[in-house]
Amino acid sequence: MARVVVDVMLKPEILDPQGQAVQRALPRLGFAGIADVRQGKRFELELEGPVDDAALARIREAAETFLANTVIEDFTVRVEPSSAGGAA
Amino acid sequence: MTARIGVVTFPGSLDDRDAQRAVRLAGAEPVALWHRDKDLHQVDAVVLPGGFSYGDYLRCGAISRFSPVMETIIEQARGGLPVLGICNGFQVLTESHLLPGAMLRNESLHFVCRDQRLRVENVDTAWTVDYTPGQEISVPLKNGEGRFTADPRTIDELEAEGRVAFRYLDVNPNGSINDIAGITNAAGNVVGLMPHPEHAVEPLIGTGGTDGLAFFTSILKRLVNA
Repeated sequence: MARVVVDVMLKPEILDPQGQAVQRALPRLGFAGIADVRQGKRFELELEGPVDDAALARIREAAETFLANTVIEDFTVRVEPSSAGGAA
Repeated sequence: MTARIGVVTFPGSLDDRDAQRAVRLAGAEPVALWHRDKDLHQVDAVVLPGGFSYGDYLRCGAISRFSPVMETIIEQARGGLPVLGICNGFQVLTESHLLPGAMLRNESLHFVCRDQRLRVENVDTAWTVDYTPGQEISVPLKNGEGRFTADPRTIDELEAEGRVAFRYLDVNPNGSINDIAGITNAAGNVVGLMPHPEHAVEPLIGTGGTDGLAFFTSILKRLVNA
């Protein structure tokens, strides 16, 4: 079964107070040297059929109209190489 | 014959009964609409109430926007059907692209619940004709994701066309751009706001005032005079 990953992130110009809260917490927990944190969403779509151009086009359409709100978010679509060895 | 005003119930709607009550107190007939029913039952206007429709999963309003009832509402709103979106209803309207912009997590990251003062800046919409220009009102506000945002060009357009219908006074509770509490579409039939006028329609509950009632008398006046 093929897996397609859609990553959704707030656009760079949109304030991300959740990411900021995480960034502020890191030094307190001893994780130094992290200048900025942005928080996003990851969708893992398991396809029933092959990952061909038509399938990817439909997924991009789903991302554009539903998974992301393009007023505030950007998205990327990528095919995850099938891991024959199962979950690593 | 009085006006029939539909109030949609999505799974997770909370304020549908209060909205129905406000409609009744204003003198109109409330009609319960169900999210899975495409039929609007000949209502003259629609209220999308507050709450957490579909658990706010994915984004607030993102799943409700594709419900069967919304298909019909979107189509008819483009044709002039008056629609008021309150809180979660406002989020549904932006997700539907009936209103521009989008709602984000409050800048403070806190859920905010308070009596909120607002200035009514557009009294020409279907839902605000019973206010006076610049009138200051107080209604409850309760949201976690009420930070209105849009790209600078959209904000300029909203401001230039007088489409910022309500602005926060005293405190900006969620970090909305330009203190924007609510907006209207260009035609004035679709209005959305984060605060809750339906909770301020009788002295015993909410703010103890009736500052929100004019939303519902406005639409009644508009429909009866139409």
